Amino acid sequence: MEGLSLTTIGLGLIIIGAAYGISRIASSAMEAMGRQPEISSKIQTAMIIAAVLIEGAALFAIVVVWMNG
Amino acid sequence: MKQTIKLLFAVLTLCVLPYSTYASDTVETHSEEEFDPMAMIMHHIADAHEWHVISYNNSEGQKTDITIPLPIILIDDGLQLFMSSAFDHGKKTVQQGKNYYSLYHGKIYKTDAEGTLNFDDKHEVLNEKPFDLSITKNVASMWISVLIIIGLFTRAAQLYRKEAGAPKGIQSFLEPLILFVRDDIAYEQMEKEKADKFLPFLLTLFFFIWINNLIGLIPFFPGGSNLTGNISLTMVLALITFFVTNLNGSKSYWAHIFWMPGAPIAIRPLLAIIEFVGLFTKPFALMIRLFANISAGHIIILSLMSLIFVMKSLAIAPASILMGLMMFMLELLVAALQAYIFTLLSALFIGMAVKSEEH
Repeated sequence: MEGLSLTTIGLGLIIIGAAYGISRIASSAMEAMGRQPEISSKIQTAMIIAAVLIEGAALFAIVVVWMNG
Repeated sequence: MKQTIKLLFAVLTLCVLPYSTYASDTVETHSEEEFDPMAMIMHHIADAHEWHVISYNNSEGQKTDITIPLPIILIDDGLQLFMSSAFDHGKKTVQQGKNYYSLYHGKIYKTDAEGTLNFDDKHEVLNEKPFDLSITKNVASMWISVLIIIGLFTRAAQLYRKEAGAPKGIQSFLEPLILFVRDDIAYEQMEKEKADKFLPFLLTLFFFIWINNLIGLIPFFPGGSNLTGNISLTMVLALITFFVTNLNGSKSYWAHIFWMPGAPIAIRPLLAIIEFVGLFTKPFALMIRLFANISAGHIIILSLMSLIFVMKSLAIAPASILMGLMMFMLELLVAALQAYIFTLLSALFIGMAVKSEEH
């Protein structure tokens, strides 16, 4: 881990993408919960599943970067 | 509650007893090496053939390690059995019959009598590796966790058998968790009568992953092994989910994979390819997710701790410890969250596979 390499920049880009995706999901889910509080538990489950799928894709990329880095 | 603590303590002691008598201290020459955080972190998250308990400097200023040796089982010209203390932390070569074995960076290699290792230009060992079935640190840790789980649940089951009424003791700890897995995971993702069939599997997954995540967070013996951050273990868990899902797949599940009803005929072969690949990427994602999340947590905590040694300053210690404590709190949440997510996704995949036609 010496200095700023392409690996580090790549990791940063992965995190930006994943964070953007997950934050979009969370904000929409919260809006939906505000509109319909009675089904918030269902929305929460759906939110977690969608967030986890994005997280999975990001982790794939991180593991690939890690193995090549 | 008292009884539970006693029981837990007894289980832990039983796990440790057979090994503790072998605890040996060996003396290493103390050297003023440059501290390498990457090497330290990798050493801590990797599996090992001995269980390192503590290191200290003895009265002569020499570094002393206390480790618990673990049995080594090799399949190489028959069965080779010996304790890992024979390697003396990788300094000695072990002779078994006409074969010699050396320990190098936690891996066992076949060598000659002097223990010569050959390296290629990328500094990778060229020596042959024997087929290794040893009881490593991770395996020992897994057995401890299994004993804890068996202890907890047989105790709870006994209490349920004895009397009906308000839950007490260990029951009041386990009952909400079991109900959570049943009502919020299993019943949400599949029909009730089918969920009951898969509930034992889902409960086992949840508690095994959760308890092992927590044991991995204990920084000292008998915790500290990175079991759920080991890709072999997460692969086995994901494979079990893969087989449970696909062996229980209904007719309509397979139809939706290979010949999607309702889609135009021309697109169906394309969808079949995508869906077929999806069969394998789902458990693959489960495997990577648990492995990467738990390993990343360990790496972050260890990095924060190594800051003190990299900066060589005591002043950095309070900040480092405070940040480490915050990460530990976050990891406690992640430990439960990852167990929940693994169980939830397994339930989701199984639910998709066993869904009845009319749904």
